[in-house]
Amino acid sequence: MTYDKPVPAIDAESEPYWSGAREGRLMIQRCGRTGRCFLYSRRLAPGADGTDIQWIEAKGTGTVYSFTVCHAPAGPAFRSETPYVVACVELDEGARIVSNLVTDDPEAVRIGQRVEAFFDRVSEDLTIPKFRPAR
Amino acid sequence: MSRSPVIVGAADAPTHERGRALPGATVLSIQRNAADEALAQAGLTMRDVDGLAVAGMWGMPGPGAMQPVLLTEYLGLEWPRYLDGTNIGGAAFVLHAGRAAEAIRSGQADVVLIVYGSLQKSQAARALGGRPAMFSNQWDIPAGLPLPVGAYAMAAQRHAHVFGSTRETLAEIAVATRAWAALNPAAAFREPLTVDDVLGARTIASPLGRYDCCLVTDGGGAVVMTTEERARDLRTPPVHVLGHGASASHTSIAHMPDMAKLEAAEQSSRLAYAMAGRRPAEIDLAMLYDSFTITVLMTLEALGICGYGEGREFVRGGRTGPGGSFPVNTNGGGLSYCHPGMYGLFTIIEASRQLWGLAGERQVDGVRTAICHGTGGVLSSGATLILSTEKG
Repeated sequence: MTYDKPVPAIDAESEPYWSGAREGRLMIQRCGRTGRCFLYSRRLAPGADGTDIQWIEAKGTGTVYSFTVCHAPAGPAFRSETPYVVACVELDEGARIVSNLVTDDPEAVRIGQRVEAFFDRVSEDLTIPKFRPAR
Repeated sequence: MSRSPVIVGAADAPTHERGRALPGATVLSIQRNAADEALAQAGLTMRDVDGLAVAGMWGMPGPGAMQPVLLTEYLGLEWPRYLDGTNIGGAAFVLHAGRAAEAIRSGQADVVLIVYGSLQKSQAARALGGRPAMFSNQWDIPAGLPLPVGAYAMAAQRHAHVFGSTRETLAEIAVATRAWAALNPAAAFREPLTVDDVLGARTIASPLGRYDCCLVTDGGGAVVMTTEERARDLRTPPVHVLGHGASASHTSIAHMPDMAKLEAAEQSSRLAYAMAGRRPAEIDLAMLYDSFTITVLMTLEALGICGYGEGREFVRGGRTGPGGSFPVNTNGGGLSYCHPGMYGLFTIIEASRQLWGLAGERQVDGVRTAICHGTGGVLSSGATLILSTEKG
């Protein structure tokens, strides 16, 4: 079965995130000067003038910074999954990632809730890091 | 001789059948007709125009990538000397007006036309879910975040968590805005709306329901700006542009610095207030881009009209509606009047009409100073304009 949802247009600057995901590793970026972590390349790390930015592996645990339960799908490929949760997760390292929070009980999701990453291999080429409530 | 910038004309495109453009309209003719009407209001013609600003989603991919050039051709302008096609989302036109004010002040242009048009409803062109998952959208789009509503929903959720706003808070805004629309013959939705209607409507992306979301309509408009000096010979009393500002922060909602605060609006309005020499307490009318009810709540707080976290109390009891003590979005807003995709220009059109005393049944008494604020993207960019019947 082919994967019919939108796929990321992976570029040279995001490639370490997606190749890490294929290997089951959640990759984020870290400013060498401030230690602040973030995700998706920028010339300057947030709040610093440093360009010393490295990729590091995150633990994969964090809290829900915000979320929405989608009752109207973002296109036909998501229709069968409504209601589904898209969350903005703040990793314990500090970086924020938007992804799915996969749960049987969308109405129970709360800001501040602990979550953990898992790796959803949706096709041969693409593994999407997603989150589920922490055990 | 005063080159102080003023607005002398404003027009919006007529629509029918819940926001559909009139038969035979093209996305270009909508803009030409609105421009002609706005120029005629001032007693000017297209021949007087030497500056042009435009933004929109039309003609892309294709000549729409150079909208100022295409409209120069279509409108028949002769060698415009000021061109602006800056696109920062729906806030663009508010930024255009600020830039045009400086072009007029400095002598780069004498008469600037700002135009907008869209046929997104009749052409079913609003491609939700069809946006490419590029750059910082590589995360939210594959996750199925409906854009823009899902991003605004996340901000609403965060605002509720941090400041205690509720679905009822947001419903108050939808209801007050609809009550204004009932007084605007041009509004697409004028039937009464209650808080219970809003709360009972289907959820789109929690906590936002159907009536928390702006309309999808066609439409367009035009605004004409010139110098105070030139305006003395024109038909319309001048609306003075006292201050302006713009800023931006992020493309993906993941990178909004603080999801409970619309800091782009705080930044842009700080610039505008400083230039205008005005304080929030001196504002009589606020025209705020209401892409969603939460946008209004967050904008009121970020503009300092109330403090952060005070919006919940501020909007209670219909304060922003007809007869309330602080009028907001008197045209019925993007929620009930029209929302052709990039709404910012309509904040300026309505503020100008209120300042001219031409707002008909919805005219607010004693409006001397108005603030217009546009928000673009997913709470990504902000542009503020402070307008007044009085100079300085």
